[in-house]
Amino acid sequence: MTRPPKLGRIVWIDLLWGVCMLWFRLLPVVIACTLGLCAAGAMADTPAVFLERLNAEARSAGEGPGNAARGQEFFNQSHGNEWKCASCHGAVPTGKGEHAVTHKVIDPMAPAFNPQRFTDAAKVEKWFRRNCKDVLSRECTAREKADVLTWLISLK
Amino acid sequence: MNPKKEPMSNPAFPRGAALTFLLCVLPAFVALARAEVAQSIKGAPASFTAECSSCHVAYAPSLTGQANWRGIMTGLDKHFGVDASLDSKTQHEISVWLLANAATSGRRAAASTDFRITRSDWFIRKHDEVSASVWKRASIKSASNCGACHSGAARGDFDEDSVRIPK
Repeated sequence: MTRPPKLGRIVWIDLLWGVCMLWFRLLPVVIACTLGLCAAGAMADTPAVFLERLNAEARSAGEGPGNAARGQEFFNQSHGNEWKCASCHGAVPTGKGEHAVTHKVIDPMAPAFNPQRFTDAAKVEKWFRRNCKDVLSRECTAREKADVLTWLISLK
Repeated sequence: MNPKKEPMSNPAFPRGAALTFLLCVLPAFVALARAEVAQSIKGAPASFTAECSSCHVAYAPSLTGQANWRGIMTGLDKHFGVDASLDSKTQHEISVWLLANAATSGRRAAASTDFRITRSDWFIRKHDEVSASVWKRASIKSASNCGACHSGAARGDFDEDSVRIPK
């Protein structure tokens, strides 16, 4: 009769080896993911980049760069419609806001309080377009956007 | 016993070890994947989940028929008083999926006056035991806030047994 192989230290060595092999096989994936994240990080827009762009756009329209005080006023002012920016985002958007209709929580707008803000060009374009239509019944000018962003960036 | 025989049985062990490790780790991956899935409707394109849930819970396509979905998706710039316009590619992708998965028969397929699901006959009938004061509670606030009582709303689960009306 053959006895089953004796299990002992050898199993632990093999287990470790198995884990190492698994990681070895996953290595290309891990490396690819890391590289991908780095590349995405390097290419991602930042609030400062957006502001620079908006300021340049405002200048080419013959207007000055963004102004924080003007941005704060714009954000908290009525522009002929029921809603202001502050209606959903709060008067000082360093904390959470709430959608005026659905009551869904809206994360802070100030980049210092929400690092995800102003990092995605398509998202920024989409929400400025929509929300300006709701608040002003038109799209905002580059200077208006620059004012608001200057203010938001200044909130620490 | 011939000690030289031992290494012969060795190759089976790493495989066994790898298998053991996988068995230990797989449940964690499955749990992670499930957690991800739990917040969206099965088979929905990422654009649907991302866009439709930015202001409210992403309503399951089977909650209303094609007529209502068409009406909603062609009027996104005036979406119940809010501009919810999308780029044409995203709008098309979401529309195709909604129409393919819309309710096709029964009360749910019927169109409502302003395309609102919450004004559909079936919705009103289903909720007729919920009094007006309950809808107004701070924890609910709106009939469109499905998730307040239906905890599975975000993944399209409206099972009556799991309804919990908050105080």
